[in-house]
Amino acid sequence: MAEAEQVKVLRSWLSPWSFKVELALKLKGVPHEKVEEDLANKSPLLLASNPIHKKIPVLLHNGKAIPESGIILEYIDETWTNNPILPKAPYERSMARFWSRFIDDKCVGACWMSCWTEGETQQMFMEQARASLRILDDELGERKFFGGESIGLVDISACFLSLWFGVLQEVAGISLINGEEFPNLCRWIEGFVATDAVTECLPPRDELLATFQSKKQAILATKSMVY
Amino acid sequence: MADVKLIGSPLSPYVLRAILALSLKKVEYELLEEKFGEKSELLLKSNPIYKKIPVLIHHDRPICESAVIVEYIDEVWPESGFGAILPADAYHRALHRFWTYYVDDKWFPSLVAIGKAETEEAKAEAVERVRAGLLLLEEAFVKLSEGKAFFGGDRVAFLDVMFGCFVNWIVAAEELVSVELLDEATVPALHGWAVRFREHEAVKEVMPDSGRVLGFLKILQAKWKADAAAAKKKL
Repeated sequence: MAEAEQVKVLRSWLSPWSFKVELALKLKGVPHEKVEEDLANKSPLLLASNPIHKKIPVLLHNGKAIPESGIILEYIDETWTNNPILPKAPYERSMARFWSRFIDDKCVGACWMSCWTEGETQQMFMEQARASLRILDDELGERKFFGGESIGLVDISACFLSLWFGVLQEVAGISLINGEEFPNLCRWIEGFVATDAVTECLPPRDELLATFQSKKQAILATKSMVY
Repeated sequence: MADVKLIGSPLSPYVLRAILALSLKKVEYELLEEKFGEKSELLLKSNPIYKKIPVLIHHDRPICESAVIVEYIDEVWPESGFGAILPADAYHRALHRFWTYYVDDKWFPSLVAIGKAETEEAKAEAVERVRAGLLLLEEAFVKLSEGKAFFGGDRVAFLDVMFGCFVNWIVAAEELVSVELLDEATVPALHGWAVRFREHEAVKEVMPDSGRVLGFLKILQAKWKADAAAAKKKL
């Protein structure tokens, strides 16, 4: 891509979804500007760039606005073709897309709700989360990353399970992802957060922890993932 | 080609997406119809996680989830039949995927809510949400079509398939509850698109007519009513 590329990410330092976008850009060595959004007071730029959902992340590339983290990842991979995050062959690509969707649909929500509910409801969510994590753990198997030797689409999609869910479990006082039940996932988490590109993009753990501690009551009231 | 099999029924709009894509590509396949209310062993084996149709089986390997299937079909048979389904440039691909996600996440559930509504208020609310969604899709169509026939411009493209699978569902819903949804006055561009989409050579061959869909919708509605009554009994 020639000339002065304008790449901006409308993001929040707290959000694993905007982290996904920033990680993909980092893996491809694409220089970009991070525009921090106050989600309680959304900027005119955000509202204009994503009028339907009004959510981060949004990728702005030479004036074009692309919302939705999963869609942004595919756009990034198609636009900057070095260090691909999706496999080449159609079947492997479809598997990567399938597992990304699985993580979004079946893992993240159940894990989140496990943290903020109690009693029977919490048990139900924890069971759902466990069942999904088991499937994911089996799928990963002995591999270093879901993408094989290097981070791919599914690894990026699973980022919530790494730093964020670790912090949330601590705030909520629960322990779901443990080495006994999910040895492969635990190994993956260690490897993932230790990767250079990931380390450079992750928010500081202590700040994340402190912020979620302070927001705990607010989240308990709404259970909303928009915090 | 027994090499390509599709598990599902054309009465499911999600299965219809895969059927439309295969029709556009002129790829031969075997349709393995599932009986409504039952799940075959092959389905349970091929899609153990979701246990849902559609499932495409190619070279004995299953692919699940309608959007994943359509993108797979486009990538395996890029030049066949009517050519590419995904738009050529990355930004338009993103837009087609964005609106597909909107249709699946927000719009279609509101259409289903019309059928599930137990009171007149609930029905009216659902109808309003469907109409509001159609207005957004109207705007999207005007922007993406650039004055041409389809969301893909001159050609039927991804969003045409992913949203077009619902056109006869909309007609059936309109008949079921006696309301206008995709009418010429409020959504003229979409109205015109729906007519052209149905008439497309690859579409009219495979799309179940709204009469069949209405029949199926009535069966579904009865099932939803029964499920809701059973759930109430449990409380």
